[in-house]
Amino acid sequence: MGSTSSTLSKIPNADELIQETGFTSAHLARLFERFEALDKDKKGYLSPQDFEAIKELALNPICDRIIGAFFSSGQEMLDFSSFVRILAHFRPIDNNRTKEPNSPDPINSRINKLKFAFQLYDQDKDGKISRNELLQVLRAMLEKQVTEEQLESIADRTIQEADLDRDDAISFEEFRKSLEKVNIDHKMSIRFLR
Amino acid sequence: MFLFDNLLCMLLGISFTVWFTLLLVFIIVPAVFGVSFGIRRLYMNTLLKIFEWATLRMERGAKEKNQQLYKPYSNGIIAKELASLEQEMQEMRRSGSGSALGGAEFEMSDIFHFCRRGVESIVDDEVTKRFTAEELESWNLLTRSNYNFNHISTRLTVLWGLGVLIRYGILLPLRVTLAFTGVGLLVFLTSLIGLLPNGGMKSFLSEKAHLMCYRICVRALTAIITYHDSENKPKNGGICVANHTSPIDVIILSSDGCYAMVGQVHGGLMGVIQRAMVKACPHIWFERSEVKDRHLVAKRLSDHVADKTKLPILIFPEGTCINNTSVMMFKKGSFEIGCTVYPVAIKYDPRFGDAFWNSSKFGMVNYLLHMMSSWAIVCSVWYLPPMSREESEDAVQFANRVKAAIARKGGLADLLWDGGLKRDKVKEVFKEEQQKLYSKVLVGGAEDRSRS
Repeated sequence: MGSTSSTLSKIPNADELIQETGFTSAHLARLFERFEALDKDKKGYLSPQDFEAIKELALNPICDRIIGAFFSSGQEMLDFSSFVRILAHFRPIDNNRTKEPNSPDPINSRINKLKFAFQLYDQDKDGKISRNELLQVLRAMLEKQVTEEQLESIADRTIQEADLDRDDAISFEEFRKSLEKVNIDHKMSIRFLR
Repeated sequence: MFLFDNLLCMLLGISFTVWFTLLLVFIIVPAVFGVSFGIRRLYMNTLLKIFEWATLRMERGAKEKNQQLYKPYSNGIIAKELASLEQEMQEMRRSGSGSALGGAEFEMSDIFHFCRRGVESIVDDEVTKRFTAEELESWNLLTRSNYNFNHISTRLTVLWGLGVLIRYGILLPLRVTLAFTGVGLLVFLTSLIGLLPNGGMKSFLSEKAHLMCYRICVRALTAIITYHDSENKPKNGGICVANHTSPIDVIILSSDGCYAMVGQVHGGLMGVIQRAMVKACPHIWFERSEVKDRHLVAKRLSDHVADKTKLPILIFPEGTCINNTSVMMFKKGSFEIGCTVYPVAIKYDPRFGDAFWNSSKFGMVNYLLHMMSSWAIVCSVWYLPPMSREESEDAVQFANRVKAAIARKGGLADLLWDGGLKRDKVKEVFKEEQQKLYSKVLVGGAEDRSRS
């Protein structure tokens, strides 16, 4: 614990992170403390078990997928930079940020938020949400509350509506199209306090 | 040479006698008789003024350097979305990808809600907060709670240094002496009283002895306690339940009334104290093996309350120390016994010293050292009116009702969570609740459509 500046000095490449993610230095300091609080064994990185220890998260029907999104490259150690980069997806979209030509989209752009949500569905990372993958998500969210037939009919209906090229799976483009009218910024953003 | 030596010895002797007499007059004798000179309150008010001054200096220092003072928020880093699952779903439907059939159907975007909730929990969750010490807005001159090291001017450092000297040089030895006196007297007196035959005289003397020794211990911590609503104090044949923040809770409650303690048998010094205490009046100590047997525990407790001559039992149903900003789930065991329950709310004032015992971070000795080198322990105790289980409720509902009353009175947050969550996993039941809610939103919508 210390002032903002002393916490920041503990973070390697803090300036780079601030540039990349758009978090302010105060946010970064706060997130670093949260990172340390979650890292109970003081390993210097987070493991899936550290996430599973968060009680509110364990409540969440899709908690495994969310944890999986943090450890997407299959590694079991999450360092602070990666932690922050993923959380940056949930920053509200900056409407007044000038877009330089040829620069990559900011992490919290609409497209990137959609990509993040897409990977929650697409567990085998083949770029498509198959009927089976959709069923799995539905099962996670509804479990014993509905019958298997109801689950299957919901899955069928969803694919029917979204699948435009009739390959019985939903690609990222189809996903994006089906969510054109949804206010992604509102649904996939977390309000960080000053 | 000799003259100088003699002089030195005399001076030492005199100062020692004076110090000891002062100790006796101002602390021990009032403890014995239960009166107070009000010195501690004066001390407390002076300290408050100094703390305010210290915080102002720090803010001024920060402003001069054009930096932001690190203000810890007790609300966390993010503002959580308060809308319920249902409200969110309805909003999404209205602005959503236009399902021609209207009504609630599964949408690909439904996952956003759970996703966002999940990430919010990762950034800030209710439970982890409760098991770390509370953060303060002003600085109380203890290094352990200061987040603004950069902004301490020379004057403040001097003050802080003075504070350290006073706390470790004067207060700590004083308190340790008192603590030893208090505990030693307790063991000695209760063993003596144990020799008497059971009867009115024994109970009377035991009460006096217990109260006196606990009062000395209270002064050993410089605890400034305000008791409210003493007319509701627990009576014989009942159970007293209170929220748990630290082992000191026991001392605080016992210095104002006599209780039968419940606990595991320990070895070492604790064991000696336990054995001595039980000689003078019946406390309930369990062997480690007996603790697992819930029926045995329940039976011993009910036998105790059935006997009206025995003192009220003191129990902390949360089962573990919480950081005094909230009350966690009460274990239902004590509420199944079927006698009158006397709830008590204890709220510590964190400005003078944090009483919370983080047992995963600090051991007992470390903790006591922290306690005795803080400025003071200031707390308020509220005795709530007695409650009994009603016909229509089961033990769990009764426990929740008592918990809500305690939380309300003490100004603490009333949480559904289990104190055991410090260590254990979440029960499946809670996860099912989420799923039920979501399915209701979906299936309910389908029903509406089929009706129309």
